[in-house]
Amino acid sequence: MSPILEVRDLRVEFPTRRGTLVALDGVSFSIAPGEVLGVVGESGAGKSMTGAAIIGLLEPPGRIAGGQILLQGKRIDNLRYDQMRRIRGREIGAIFQDPLTTLNPLYTVGDQLIETMLTHLPISPAVAKRRAVEWLEMVGIPAAAQRVQSYPHEFSGGMRQRVVIALALCAEPKLIVADEPTTALDVSIQAQVIALLKRLAREKGTAMMLVTHDMGVIAETADRVAVMYAGRIAEIGPVREVVKNPQHPYTAGLMASIPPLDRRVERLAQIDGAMPRLSAIPQGCAYNPRCPRVFSRCAVERPELLDAGTTLAACWLHAKAMTDA
Amino acid sequence: MFAFIISRILQSVPVLLVVALISFAMFAYVGDPVSIMLGQDFTEAQRTALVADLGLDQPFFIQFAKFVGNAVQGEFGLSYRLSRPVAELIAERAPATLELACCAAGVALLVGVPMGVYTGLYPRSLLSRAFLTFSLIGVSLPTFLIGILLILVFAVWLGWLPSFGRGDTVMFGWWSTGFATMSGIKALILPAITLGLFQLTLIMRLVRSEMMEVLRADYIKFARARGLSNRAINFGHALKNTMVPVITVVGLQLGAIIAFAIVTETVFQWPGMGLLFIQSVGSADIPVMAAYLLLIACLFVTINLIVDLLYYAVDPRLRVSRGRGH
Ligand SMILES: Nc1ncnc2c1ncn2[C@@H]1O[C@H](COP(=O)(O)OP(=O)(O)O)[C@@H](O)[C@H]1O
Ligand code: SF4
Ligand SMILES: [Mg+2]
Repeated sequence: MSPILEVRDLRVEFPTRRGTLVALDGVSFSIAPGEVLGVVGESGAGKSMTGAAIIGLLEPPGRIAGGQILLQGKRIDNLRYDQMRRIRGREIGAIFQDPLTTLNPLYTVGDQLIETMLTHLPISPAVAKRRAVEWLEMVGIPAAAQRVQSYPHEFSGGMRQRVVIALALCAEPKLIVADEPTTALDVSIQAQVIALLKRLAREKGTAMMLVTHDMGVIAETADRVAVMYAGRIAEIGPVREVVKNPQHPYTAGLMASIPPLDRRVERLAQIDGAMPRLSAIPQGCAYNPRCPRVFSRCAVERPELLDAGTTLAACWLHAKAMTDA
Repeated sequence: MFAFIISRILQSVPVLLVVALISFAMFAYVGDPVSIMLGQDFTEAQRTALVADLGLDQPFFIQFAKFVGNAVQGEFGLSYRLSRPVAELIAERAPATLELACCAAGVALLVGVPMGVYTGLYPRSLLSRAFLTFSLIGVSLPTFLIGILLILVFAVWLGWLPSFGRGDTVMFGWWSTGFATMSGIKALILPAITLGLFQLTLIMRLVRSEMMEVLRADYIKFARARGLSNRAINFGHALKNTMVPVITVVGLQLGAIIAFAIVTETVFQWPGMGLLFIQSVGSADIPVMAAYLLLIACLFVTINLIVDLLYYAVDPRLRVSRGRGH
C-alpha cells in the first residue's frame, strides 16, 4: 500500500548569529494509511520539530533546508503558505500538548468546531452546527448539545483535550500529528484520552504520528516506532521488536531505563551523560560519546539507517554484520 | 449582571466621597469666601449674618453633609467671579469639551487601532517603522507644543484652519454644537488632533505589542494548524484577544482626554470646561473648581463602569465570577 506520508532525508536548519543550527538531519520515515507511528526520544531530540515541519508550521527562522515531505505521493514541503493552509486541518490534523492554551478562550467550542468545518468542507452552517454536536458526542463530552455553547474555560483539562481532538478530526484528515497529546494531562485521565484517540483513528482510518515519551503509550497504541536522537532517527521498526529486541545501543539504553510492567527490578539502568546541544553535535554517530559499544569508525563516519534484521538502526554495528554475512 | 452593576456603583461611592472631601476642603481652607463676598466695607454684624447664612458656623461634618447633598443635586452655589450659578456655567461649557473629547477619542481610536494592528502584523515593514517613529514624536512632544506647531502650520502659514475658538455654533435645546456649521467643524480639527495625538500613539503602541503577544499564543498556532485563513486568524482570533486589554486602557484614556482637555482648550482658547477651570483657578473661584473636580471624578467612575461592562461582554472568562468584583 502506498504510504500516506513519506518523509525523505528531511533537514531543518535554524540560522542564528553564531552559525546555522541543524535541528533535523537526514530524517526519513513513512506512515501507511491507518497506521500509528510512535515517535520517542529525549526532550530536544527533534520530535516536535519533525511534526512542525510536516504541518508546515516551523517557527521562523527555522526552515526546511533539504529533503522532501510527500503526502499521498505529492510534495507538500515546497507549497506556498495558502496552498499549505488548505492541507492543514483538511488533510493533516494536529493535536498539541497543552489543551489549556490551544483553544481560543473567547470563542465557544462549538464556534471553533463550526469555523474549522466551514473552512474545509462544502457544508452549510446548519449542517456544521449539527456536526459540531455530533463531534462532541463522539469524543465523549456529556450533554454535548448544551456544551457546544460553552467556552473552553468551562471544561476540565481532559475535556478540553477531547475538544482539541474533535477539532483535529472534524474535517476528516487522513493523517493526525499528535505532539505529546497527554503530557499536560492528569495521569489518571491520560489513558482514557489515548484510548479515545486510538479508537477514533481506527474508526476513521486515520493514520497518526504520535509523539510521546511514554513507552507504555507507544507499546499500547503504535504499530511502529521511531526513536529519535539529536535530530536524527536512531532506530525505526515494529513496536514489539524495538521494545523487546532493540538493535541500536541508544534504544537499548532507553528501554533499560524504563521500568518494566511485568516484573520488578532492583535498579534501573541510566544512560550516562546528556544528549548534545544542537551547536555541539559530535562528528560521526551523534551517540558515540555516550555509547557503551563505540568503536573507531563511529567517531569518523555517520551511520545511515541500516538493515538490522527486524528493524532499521543507524549504527555501524549493523554494517559490520552485513559485510560479515 | 444587575448585581454586578450595583456592586460596581457601590464600590465607586468611597472614591467620590474622597474627591468631595477634597473639593469641600478647598472651600474651607483656600481663600475666605466671606471676605470675598463682602468686599471692602462691612460691619461685624453683616459678617456674622453672612457666616450664619452660609452655614459656616456649623460643625464640620454637617457642613460636609450639606455640601454633598447639594452636590448630588448639582447645586454648587454661585461663581465668585461671574456671580452666576455654577451648574449653569458648567452646563454651558460642557458641550464644547465633550464634542472636543469625543472627536479626539475618535481620531485616536480610528487611526490608532488600525496602525497598531498593521505594525503588529508586519513589524518589519517600512511603513511600520515610519509609524513607530511618528509615534515617538507623539509621545515625546508636550501637548501644548503640538498645538502651537499645528497652529503655526495650518493657521498661520497655510491659513486653512482657524487658530482659536469654536467657530459658529448652533443650539439644540441647551446643547450648543459645532458640528452643524462648516466653521464649527473646521474649528474642531486642530484641537481634536492636538488632544488625541498622545492617545493615538499610546493606543497604537499598545495594540501593536498586544497583537504581537497574541500572535505568539498557542491558540493562534493551533488556529493555523486547523487551516483557518489568515484573515480569520488575524482579524478574528488575534484581534479579538488583543482588544481585551486594550478596552481598559482606552476607557481610562477617554477619562484622561477629558481631564487633559485643559491644556488644549487653553492653547486654542476653546470655550469648554477646562478653560473655565483655568480661568477659575486664576481668580480663586472655588465653587467652579470644586464642581469641576467632582464632575471629572464622576466621569472617571462612569467610564470605569462602562469599561467593566464591556470587558464582561467581550471576555467570557469573567462571566463565571459573576457579581464578584476584581
Ligand atoms: N526557535 C528555535 N531556535 C533554535 N533552536 C530551536 C528552536 N526551537 C527548537 N530548537 C531546538 O531544536 C531541537 C529540537 O526541539 P524539539 O523538536 O522541540 O524537541 P522535542 O523532541 O523535545 O520535541 C532542540 O534542541 C531545540 O533546542
Ligand atoms: S554507531 Fe557506534 S557509537 Fe553509534 S550507536 Fe552504533 S556503536 Fe554506538
Ligand atoms: Mg516536543
